[in-house]
Order: sequence, then C-alpha cells, then structure tokens
Amino acid sequence: MANLTLSVNGQRRTVDVDPATPLLYVLRNDLDLHGPRFGCGLGQCGACTVLIGGTATRSCVTPVSAVKGEVTTLDGLAKDGKLHPVQQAWIDEQVPACGYCQNGQMLTAVSLLQRNPRPTDAQIREAMAPVLCRCFTYYRIQAAIKRAAGAAQTV
Amino acid sequence: MRIDDILETVSTPSRREFLKTSGRLVVGFTAAAHAAPLVPLAGAQTGAVQGAGPYPDPDFHQLDSWIVIHQDNTATFYVGKTDLGQGTGTAFRQIMSDELDMAFERTTCIMGHTDLTVDQGGSGGSDALQVDGWPMRRVAAEARRVLLDMGSTHFGVPVDRLAVSDGVITVKADPSKQVTYGELIGGRRFGVTLTGRNINETTGIATLKPVQEMKYVGTSPQRDDIPAKVNGTAKWAVDAKVPGMLHARNVKPPVAGASVVRIDESSVRGMPGFVAVVREGNYVAVVCEREEQAIAAARRLQVNWRTPATAPFPASEDLFAYMRGTKPTRTLDPQANGDIEAALAGAAVRLEAEYEVPFQGHTSIGPAHAMADPSNGQLTIYSNDMKSYGLRSGIAEFLGIPREKVRVLWLHGPQAYGRTAADDAGFEAAYLAQKLGRPVRVQWMRDEEHAWDTKGPAYLVKLRGGLDARGNLVALDYEARAADYCHLGYNEHDTVLIAQLTGRQRQEAAEGGASAPSDTYVVPNRRSLMHVVSLPLVWETPLRTGNLRDPNGPQATFAGESFIDELAAEAKVDPVEFRLRLLTGQMNGVGRVLSDLPDDAGFRRARSIACVKAAAEAYGWRPRPSPGPRGGGDLLAGRGFAYAYRNQTVVAQIAEVEVNRRTGRVWVKRLVCAHDCGLVVNPQALRHTVENAMLHSISRALHEEVTFDTEKVTTVDWRTSPTLTHLDTPERIDVVLVNGDPNPNRPDLPHYGAGEAACKPLIAAIANAIYDATGARIRRVPFRPQRVVAALEAVRV
Ligand code: FES
Ligand code: FES
Repeated sequence: MANLTLSVNGQRRTVDVDPATPLLYVLRNDLDLHGPRFGCGLGQCGACTVLIGGTATRSCVTPVSAVKGEVTTLDGLAKDGKLHPVQQAWIDEQVPACGYCQNGQMLTAVSLLQRNPRPTDAQIREAMAPVLCRCFTYYRIQAAIKRAAGAAQTV
Repeated sequence: MRIDDILETVSTPSRREFLKTSGRLVVGFTAAAHAAPLVPLAGAQTGAVQGAGPYPDPDFHQLDSWIVIHQDNTATFYVGKTDLGQGTGTAFRQIMSDELDMAFERTTCIMGHTDLTVDQGGSGGSDALQVDGWPMRRVAAEARRVLLDMGSTHFGVPVDRLAVSDGVITVKADPSKQVTYGELIGGRRFGVTLTGRNINETTGIATLKPVQEMKYVGTSPQRDDIPAKVNGTAKWAVDAKVPGMLHARNVKPPVAGASVVRIDESSVRGMPGFVAVVREGNYVAVVCEREEQAIAAARRLQVNWRTPATAPFPASEDLFAYMRGTKPTRTLDPQANGDIEAALAGAAVRLEAEYEVPFQGHTSIGPAHAMADPSNGQLTIYSNDMKSYGLRSGIAEFLGIPREKVRVLWLHGPQAYGRTAADDAGFEAAYLAQKLGRPVRVQWMRDEEHAWDTKGPAYLVKLRGGLDARGNLVALDYEARAADYCHLGYNEHDTVLIAQLTGRQRQEAAEGGASAPSDTYVVPNRRSLMHVVSLPLVWETPLRTGNLRDPNGPQATFAGESFIDELAAEAKVDPVEFRLRLLTGQMNGVGRVLSDLPDDAGFRRARSIACVKAAAEAYGWRPRPSPGPRGGGDLLAGRGFAYAYRNQTVVAQIAEVEVNRRTGRVWVKRLVCAHDCGLVVNPQALRHTVENAMLHSISRALHEEVTFDTEKVTTVDWRTSPTLTHLDTPERIDVVLVNGDPNPNRPDLPHYGAGEAACKPLIAAIANAIYDATGARIRRVPFRPQRVVAALEAVRV
C-alpha cells in the first residue's frame, strides 16, 4: 500500500492503496465515484471509461500509479449544476436503456467531440465502435452525438 | 425533476440529512429510507446499517400498500415490478396518474423492494402492462373514488357535483371551492380493503376510465430513470456498499463437471486483505477486504480439479450432428390439422430445408453481481434481479431461514432480459454473507459471465412444404429439436448454480421446452412437432439454458419465416403477397380455405394483416418475387420480410441489407417495424424499446454464438465472442405503431406486451434479405462473413 494523490473532478484526493490497483476500483470503492463501472476488466468494452487530461481512458486497465493528469468521471462532467451538452443530448434523445454502458458512451463521445467537433457519421461510428452496449442503444447514441455536435456549434 | 429529488420531498425528511452526514453514500440502505411513512420501515430511520426486521409482505388487499398521498399533494405509487430500462416505471406512473386524476409530475413510483412493494413477481415475459397494469389502474381508480367521497363530505355536496383534475377537487357550481387530495388525506391512511382472489385481480369498487378520458396514456413524458443514469447519480446494485463489507470472487471449475480434489489455501493466505476461502462441494470463492484483492486472490488460488471421465458435451462444431443423432428426452404433443403426409405426397412441388441456431447468451455488459448484508440476524440483498420477490423466497429456502427475515432491494443493473446470472449471484452473496457473518459483495468476472451465464437453447429445425400447381401452400410440416433439457427457472433454490455446485440440486431436471412459430397463417394441412434433447452433462455445466428475451421465439421464427420465404420464392410470388394470402386464407383459384374462423382467430388475423400491410407501406415495398435483380458491384442490396404473433402482439418487420460479396460482411442498413401491442401508453419509450430489441436481433443474426470444445466454453470475452457494435447500426429505423382493432365499436384495445415480440421475426427478415440480395439462402445462424462468403460461392455469386 502507498499514499497516492490524484486530481479527480477538480479535487485533490489521496488514497492509500497498492499502486498497481486499477484506477477503476479506486474511483468506485475509495472515492465513491460510481460513474465508471466494471464491464470486462480487459479494456474491451468501455464501461469503465473516464477522461484523463480530456482523453477517454479505460480505468480498468490503468494502474492508479500511472495516472498523470486530471481525471474526470461522469459524476464530474456537469459544471456548476449545468449538464454537459453531451449529457443534455442523451436526455433529449432519451438514449439509455439499462444505462450500464452509458458512462462509457458519453465520455467517449465527449472525447470525440473535443478532438473533432463536427464528426461525420462514419467518424462517429468509427470512434464509438469500441464502446459496447448490450441493450443496443447505438441508434439513439449516434443521434445524440449529432445533436450534441450541433449544440456545441451554436454555443 | 429527478426521481430521487421527488423521493426526497415526499419521503422521510431524515434522508437528505442522512446523506449529508454519512460521508459516503450507503446505497441501498438509502433506497430503504425512501419508504413512505405509512409503510413499515424496518428501522430504516435510525440510520443503522439494517433494521431489525422482520419484513412481512405488504398486503395487496390494502389500498395503502399501493398508493400514498402526501400533504403537499404528491403521490407515491408502490408497485411490485422492476424496470429494466424500458420505461415501464414511467408507464406505470402514467396509467396510475390517469386513473387517480393526479398530475403526472407530482407522482413517483417505487418498484421491486420486497418489504415495501406488493409482490407482483418482478418483471418478465413483457407482461408488465398486459397483466400487472390492470391492478395498478384499478387501485388508482379506487383511490380517486375514495378521495371524491371525502371531498363530498368536506363540501357537503354530492360526488356528481364535484370535478377533479390534477389532484384538486372543485365544486362544479362554485369553482372557488377547492380542496386538494393532500389536504384531504395527506400523511394519513386510506384504510380501504380491496378484494380479488389474487394480486392480479385486486380491485376496489370504482370503474376504470375509458381511454378517451386519459390524459397521460398515449403521450411520451420523458422516462424518469434517465436523468440519473445520465448525470451519474442513479443508484445501482453494483454500487451497493455498507460498512464492513467484504468482496468475493468465485473460482469456477475450469472444465465442465470437474470436481474439487484439494485446495491449497496457503497459495493465497498471505495475500493482502485476504479473509477466507469458502468451499462447499465444487463451489469455491475467495473473500478479501478489497475488490482488487479478491480478484487477484481468486486468480492465484491453487485448486486441484478432477476432470470428469466422459466429455460433458460435444464440441460446438459437432453440436448439430449430435442434436440430429441423439434420442429426444421429450416430445411435445404435436399441433396438427389436415393430413400432412397425404398433402405432401399429393403436392405439385415439395420443398425441404433444415435450419440451425446455436446457443446464444445473455452476455450482460455488466457481469452478475449482488451484495448481501446479514446484520441484525436478517438478510438484505441488494440486487438488480428482475424478479426480486422470487430471489427473496429462493434465498430463504436455500439458506433455510424464514422468508420474513429476508428482503431484496431492487436497484438498477445491466440488462436483464430473462433468466440471467443475476439470480445466481444473489444466492452466492447471501450464502457467503451468512457463512461469514459480514456483508459480502460478489461480482462475476468477464470470462465467468460469458461462459456460465444461462443460454438460449440451440435449435435444429426441419421444415417440409408442399405447393399445389397454382403455387398455393397446401402442406407445412415443422419439426424442431431444442437443446433445452434442464431448462432453469427463476431463482429456484434447487437449480441455481450454487445449489448445483454444492450438490443440492433437485433430483429430476426440468424437462425443458421447444416452440413452433406463432403466426396466424391458414394452411390446410399443417403439423408442428417439437422435441427436447439433452447434452450429456446436465448439472454443473456452463451450457445451461434459461429464458433469454422471448425464450424460443427468435429460433423458431427464424426457421419458420425463412421457410415461408423459400416457399414464396419457389412459387415466384412476392413474399408479402404470399404471406397475405396465407393470412386471408385466399388461395389462387380456390377461394377461401377457412370460411368460419373462430372470432378470436379472425381478430388476431385481422390485426396481423393490418401490421403486414403497414410495414410494407412504411417501407415503400414494391411487389416482386425474391431474389431481386443483382447489381454488378461488390455491394449487393436486398430486402427481407418476416412476421410473428406473440401473446396478442403482432410484429411485421422489414430488413434492408447490403451484402459485400467479397468480404461477406452484411450490413442491415434499414429497418421497418410495424408493431401492434394494443393500447400504447408511452409511444416514445415503446419505439426505443422496439428499436433496441431489433438491434439485439441483428446482433444475434450476424454475430452471436457460444462456442465450446468438449470440456469448456471457449467464448470468454468480447474478442472471442463478437457482438453488435456502433459500426453495424442501421442508417434508418422506422417503427410504426399500429392499433389494428378492426372492430369500429371498440375504439381501443387493452395494453398488451411489447418488448419481446419485437425480437421474434428479425433474424428471418435478415436471412430473407440476404437471399433477396444474393440468391444465397443461409440456414445457419449467425451470418458471419465466412459463412456468407461460403454461401455465395455455393451459388456462384
Ligand atoms: S471494464 Fe474497462 S473496458 Fe471493459
Ligand atoms: S444501455 Fe444497457 S448496456 Fe447500454
């Protein structure tokens, strides 16, 4: 065990864990941030996604000691009580079914739109392909990303 | 308003304080604290981890068990269902708000907590509205009646001189005279006893509203579960946590049917956070203080397993040969009319084909999990299991403790379309918590979920058909074999996985079932014959079957509706036209086959015809036989049709595909679904459910297959087990909601089931579209690129 300090959702947090612990368990169990969820632990599904320095990252295969940069989880995406445009689009399009995967879907979309504010349909499919949904809400997710991209343009 | 906010305003005031002071969110316990003041709270207000219990069943004969009106004129509905992310909770609020005459925004709904909500069995079978919606409507109507009586006393005016809207009663003659429901009863009990022999028949004496007077039914308020799922505040079973909680991971047999010879506990004893190895029979789990410690220790634990003497099952590539050759363990009574053999013998053209569907899994995105807290001599289970009531009873029975000492709090969870491993994990958490005397959280690992979750049964179907000289279908023979012996029920204390592994399974395995397609075609000579077959190993096997979203429908309908298409092609008739002839009983040059249809059959058939036509129209279907003219490039386009009927719900679907003749990739580019489930409560939530169900079917059609060697399942993660991804998403989906009641004196239908019916026909529609595009008929699911390329080569495309 070792004391490690992380910057999560704008706060500095210190935890006493084995440095090899995947970030996922630290966020969920030590910091009680429940946006990221365990799906595979293998980097294959995206359920555990967080943003590190703005980039979508799979926390299940990221040792906590390897984290450099600000961590943003779904819980910290809204700013000053206002939902992120991607979150708002997710509500407007009524995207989630069970919702278990949607943390990864939204954060991957946030990361995509940061890199590419006006993605084509093909770019959306390509960027989102590694994030799985077993309720198969892909059609609405893609509509929501287009909606969020439009909203981001008009801001 | 988020549902939690609503809960906070309408329920115990201590909750917000509790959340603030506790430092960390004690999920699940807080769910219990949502309880309305009138429901026994089992000590929840005290802030203890768990109240002392016991937890008696809420009495469904008491109106107070279903509805609580608060002083601020809000209402809480308590229903015994669970919402798996399809908006049923919102729909319950819509129907109950309408019957109660309460503003929808001022209501909330609590679901599936065995000590707080009446036992409606949880969810399953897409019957939430079809069956359970009725008592909900009747109790809400009864509450309205009682409140109007109270209003009448309050104003000294007969009820018929009162008007009510949004929970406010007004004297018609003097609208300044108003009283709210909250003012009349807020915070007090109705004290009204209901009647009815069982929960589904529960009723008061009020009459229900005609649909025309409903304000919320038929509209699409946003689903109330979505905001919290989007902003990260939703409460999930996977988040459940109480002080002193331990983490467990299972160690599964590496080979099906293997038994434990020896466990070397010293292999993990020194590991950080190690608490215990628990073993009974072939059930093995490792328990640690922290989650990642439990994962590491479960991987490290040295177990010697004895491999069984005979192979538990054939390898997946030999599965269908095995199913063909083995003796059925059960043959169901055939459904038959006419004389099938004579009709086939006399047919001008005979056609025969065999179809194969492999085992397919639930393969939930979130592996099975649960948390159990044994403090105070009671047991509280935090679970997403869709049948929380059955989980409670099953666990009580399994552990030999009174039901009153067990409760299940239902919380959100990953998709649960049927009998998932959430059942198994719930029992495991309870067992470990009882054994260790501490709260224990269990979650399965990815390979475990893939391999050991329950499967939809594999199907082998042989079809024979006969056309007369005019191309009329005169004989149709269906014979299916389903690998479904030992089909698992829900939360059975003697079939759940830990019961099997600890040697406590029942003597006689369930005999399993098989289905025929559920169409309403008129065929003069028809027979459907169904058999069940068993794999060699029955218990302690990862190839265990359980209900998977319309348990046999996709398999049976894939075969049935593919074959109808083959017959239509043989007759050189447009596939929609061919089906309409079968539905109307019209035959070329013969007239009607059946003149005196029983009323219900006629009603069902009329609605089927309406749906088939609605789908064709929405698509812009131009009649022509399949296959269509073939283009010259790499991409071949085609369209396919299929239809099914399920428990009063009709579905007609069209898939438009693009087949890459070089790579074999199939893309379902466009989907149309005409759907008639009677009265639609929330059109938008229904549309999304249908869309998602269809995409699930595309995944099953194109990608999904559980593979295994002769010892173990070999699809163990998302690499070995492909699933639908964003790349496969159709470009366009049209869902047409049809209310097809042909009776002009009956302007509305009851609410039927919705979700599962939409899963039935699509696999066939895709196969039919591939045929339309290429002239190649694929009779084996899934239609993966290699298989498609081989089929194209066989017909030289
Ligand atoms: S849980 Fe991290 S990618 Fe699946
Ligand atoms: S919404 Fe259920 S897994 Fe994506």
